[in-house]
Amino acid sequence: MFFFAGAVCLVCSIFVASSAVALKPKQDANKIVDRQKKVLSVAGLIRAGEDLGPDVVAERFEENIVTKVINLDTGEYVDDVDPATYDMRRAAIDPATSVAAPAGNPAKVLRIPNHALVYHVMRDGAVDNLILPMHGKGLWSTLYGFLAVESDAQTVSGIVFYEHAETPGLGGEVDNPRWRSSWKGRKVYGEDGQPKISVIKGPAGSASSDPFRVDGLSGATITSRGVSYLVQFWMGDDGFKPYLDRFTAQGGA
Amino acid sequence: MSSKQNREAVIDPLLNNNPIAVQVLGICSALAVTTKLETALVMSLAVIVVVSLSNLAVSTIRNYIPSSIRIIVQLTIIASLVIITDQVLKAYVFDVSKQLSVFVGLIITNCIVMGRAEAYAMANPPLASLLDGVGNGLGYSLLLVIVGAVRELFGAGQLMGVTILPLVRDGGWYPANGLMVLSPAAFFLIGLAIWVIRTMKPELVESE
Repeated sequence: MFFFAGAVCLVCSIFVASSAVALKPKQDANKIVDRQKKVLSVAGLIRAGEDLGPDVVAERFEENIVTKVINLDTGEYVDDVDPATYDMRRAAIDPATSVAAPAGNPAKVLRIPNHALVYHVMRDGAVDNLILPMHGKGLWSTLYGFLAVESDAQTVSGIVFYEHAETPGLGGEVDNPRWRSSWKGRKVYGEDGQPKISVIKGPAGSASSDPFRVDGLSGATITSRGVSYLVQFWMGDDGFKPYLDRFTAQGGA
Repeated sequence: MSSKQNREAVIDPLLNNNPIAVQVLGICSALAVTTKLETALVMSLAVIVVVSLSNLAVSTIRNYIPSSIRIIVQLTIIASLVIITDQVLKAYVFDVSKQLSVFVGLIITNCIVMGRAEAYAMANPPLASLLDGVGNGLGYSLLLVIVGAVRELFGAGQLMGVTILPLVRDGGWYPANGLMVLSPAAFFLIGLAIWVIRTMKPELVESE
């Protein structure tokens, strides 16, 4: 009996392991295209319902988006890191390329990488939108996504999550296009210069009358709160604020 | 085993013994993956592959499986097949696999798969078991595809992402039925399907 059980496990594990290894390169390529697609969609460069092949995505990404590496601490651009190969998530694990996040931060971010990627959406040679990667804990999972802000580094132009495992239909509604579009036009920073935007419980007013609040997701209080915290964290001093301050001080460059 | 029996192994689960509508198994995934026809189709395909291959594998080694650990052995085989299927989906239909999210993994717990392994594959030769798996997979698919098509058509005015009924929202005439995109709609549709099948085939109705 033990021999039989062992044999079954061995055969099954060989199949599972070889499929996982053999398909990994293809899955990784899919992930990169998916990431680029999300950047394009939060930049408003993919219309709703438009279905693009991987080649078109890569081409459109190439045409409109400039990827930069920045130093999160100083907010300066970094030239000696290749944006095409820099992996923020890997860097955040390695103690040599990251620092511990402030203990007890509400977004439950553990480590902050020294360098971060920012995506510049170019229009007529000038930066039109900034797309900033961010992540933080929801209810079940860490949400990974992008926030797009206009070149004033204050007005939100979009939000998208490319990886999470929240409850489909409740927290999973962070993918709902209607909810995502309710972010458009909201303001990030209050008068004190700190992030003020938050996802509230229940409906918020229009972007012009109620600029610092976003509709909550019904039935998903913890996911909503998580989104609030992660946006506040990454737009704050530990996140992209030094960079954004520098960006606006230099007139959008 | 005669070819007639083989044919029955495939045909029977389509209507007479449909896993969803008659055996009422696998409802959970049927609610979750049928908001669109495309996800329903991919899910159907995944279940057909898993249930037929697991039947085949279990049946091939059925005479060697010690009966005290048979459920664990079946689960190991099913779980491995599901993981492989999930890996393939992630590699070749990435977008759909993202929408299916956890539900591909949850095929492991789909009662249809284990039910067929335990009830049929443990007692029948490999070919018949394979066909039984295909049949049950198809029976599941049939209902999934019908429900998926109805929900996408009336919930979003589309089929496979192609607009059939232009929505009012996009300047057309069809006001989208919001209920159809929510899970209860699948409950209603499956309920209707059960009613239709039992009305067509009164012999399925249990005597009081």
